[in-house]
Amino acid sequence: MSKIQTTFLRLKSENKKALIPFVTSGDPHPNMTVKMLHTLVESGADMIELGIPFSDPMADGPVIQRASERAIANNVGIKKTIKLVKEFRKKDINTPIILMGYANPIEAIGIKNFVSLIKDAEVDGVITVDYPPEESKDFVKLLKKQDIDSIFLLSPTTDDNRIKLITEQATGFLYYVSLKGVTGSANIDINQVSERVSNISKYSDLPIAVGFGVKDAETAKQVALISDAVVIGSRIINEVENSNQEDLLENIRALMTEIKNAIS
Amino acid sequence: MQAYDLPDAFGHFGQFGGTFVAETLVEALDELRDMYDKVKDDPEFLNEFHHDLKHFVGRPSPIYFAERLTKQIGGAKIFLKREDLNHTGAHKVNNTVGQALLAKRMGKPRVIAETGAGQHGVATATIAARLGLECVVYMGSEDIKRQSPNVYRMKLLGAKVVPVESGSKTLKDALNEALRDWVTNVSDTFYIIGTVAGPHPYPMMVRDFNSVVGKECKTQMPDIAGCQPDAILACVGGGSNAMGIFYPYIDDKNVRLIGVEAAGEGVETGKHAAPLTSNSPIGVLHGNRTYLMQNDEGQIIDTHSVSAGLDYPGVGPEHAWLKDSGRAEYVAVTDDDALKAFHNLCLIEGIIPALETSHALAYAEKLAATMPKEKVILVNLSGRGDKDINTVAGIAGLTL
Repeated sequence: MSKIQTTFLRLKSENKKALIPFVTSGDPHPNMTVKMLHTLVESGADMIELGIPFSDPMADGPVIQRASERAIANNVGIKKTIKLVKEFRKKDINTPIILMGYANPIEAIGIKNFVSLIKDAEVDGVITVDYPPEESKDFVKLLKKQDIDSIFLLSPTTDDNRIKLITEQATGFLYYVSLKGVTGSANIDINQVSERVSNISKYSDLPIAVGFGVKDAETAKQVALISDAVVIGSRIINEVENSNQEDLLENIRALMTEIKNAIS
Repeated sequence: MQAYDLPDAFGHFGQFGGTFVAETLVEALDELRDMYDKVKDDPEFLNEFHHDLKHFVGRPSPIYFAERLTKQIGGAKIFLKREDLNHTGAHKVNNTVGQALLAKRMGKPRVIAETGAGQHGVATATIAARLGLECVVYMGSEDIKRQSPNVYRMKLLGAKVVPVESGSKTLKDALNEALRDWVTNVSDTFYIIGTVAGPHPYPMMVRDFNSVVGKECKTQMPDIAGCQPDAILACVGGGSNAMGIFYPYIDDKNVRLIGVEAAGEGVETGKHAAPLTSNSPIGVLHGNRTYLMQNDEGQIIDTHSVSAGLDYPGVGPEHAWLKDSGRAEYVAVTDDDALKAFHNLCLIEGIIPALETSHALAYAEKLAATMPKEKVILVNLSGRGDKDINTVAGIAGLTL
């Protein structure tokens, strides 16, 4: 059983919801990333999504685009990202790490090579934004062999046939994109999300995480009531972007604590 | 011999093409594919399409024998397919007419587009005005500087031009931004992609709409040249004008198909936009798998070309397939050589070609010189160069 699965089981038995923050690797600087990951765990992260910087992040809004650009300016790409996870693992072997990124960097270093590198770094799951199930069968197989979860996105426009198709390949959890749009977009309609999440749960026993529009503690609280996990990305990157280096960790801690309290 | 029938049902040309998009776009693409499947052989739709091509665009475009150019080079005869004479001045309008009619059929009141040189943006704004559709065009802020006449044209036609400041601020970033808009406004918006790239069904659909160019050539060439061409040349950025003229000839194996990429300052300098000629690795961008200019960690690298329309790090997946299968050849021409060909055609034939097209013309001159006089070269004169006069004047040190 993967660490992601055991984490969800534990939370369920404690009647709690998972908090999954997202940060981009190498932003604002590669020597801050591991510190930020530990801070996220200390302040309530149950798992972490770590973004692999990509030059053309077409599913991301301006906030995460800028994070990618800053990381790339710091020479951080897919290889350095995996190295940073390895470094994080020196002090934390328990918190699941999920890499989130686009197909091209993964294919550039080779899917087999990628899977063996992330296995070595004890990565627990992968979300590849532009790998729909039809185009990623080989990749999913390779990940399965190494007990690494393949996490797929579901959107408000995903119909029941596709939900079936996706849930057949997905492991770990399902990631419901709460709105039509890019990351960090407008506010979400919680009733609609609730309806969709309960529809998805008809097709799968996997936990369902909700993300893409969670902007504050209040939204996080509402999302936690109707799902198994809350993903918060652009809001955290806002802190990265607007904080002085010396205040950054404390600002992240404050934000995380506020959200953690709201969903507990 | 089996007739060419690519792509497959999932948009694959061999290992290239496909549908590499975020889940949020899948439904919109399915809807588009279903609608296109329904109308592509529907006589009513095709009548509407060809009616607009004839009366609004001015098709068929003529083929012109470039007699003085042929004499100057002293080799094979050079013929020009005059897509520059279309309404809006380039081949781009063939595709926008088709896609806009599709948007209307699907009841989408808003169309969006990306543009590099501005030709596709102008063509989209034009047909949107004609059909009464709201139109938003995404354009890299670098390209807005290079192509200001086209920006103003789009505004005159009622389109909103949105400058894109992310990444390299050129065509690829405009495409990213248009995709982001589409994901957000998917229920009322139709995305008119301007080249044979993007996720399935775009590469196929854009090719089909542009293939009117090659189909006309097949009819016209025997009349004007007494034969089909020995070689067909077209410039390749994303590759829509090239696919448009190549596609009807793919099964005619004795016709050489030659795509001309932008070598910028020279392929060997790394400052170019020639993924095929430079043997770039295969990757995934903008919804399809193709040859891509990228670094060893998969970051897309900046491209360089004097022509904004060729300034793209990838290439349509069907070109990647045609290269690998050996059916088409790909070469590259530098900025300098393209500019020479540009000036030459102005002076010797009285035609101001687009800088994009000038790449194909430069290679045509080179190739013609190596071929006997009875041989025939057909160049897709994909667009006119009015939009480029500021760029050319700038290179000559002039301000207009």
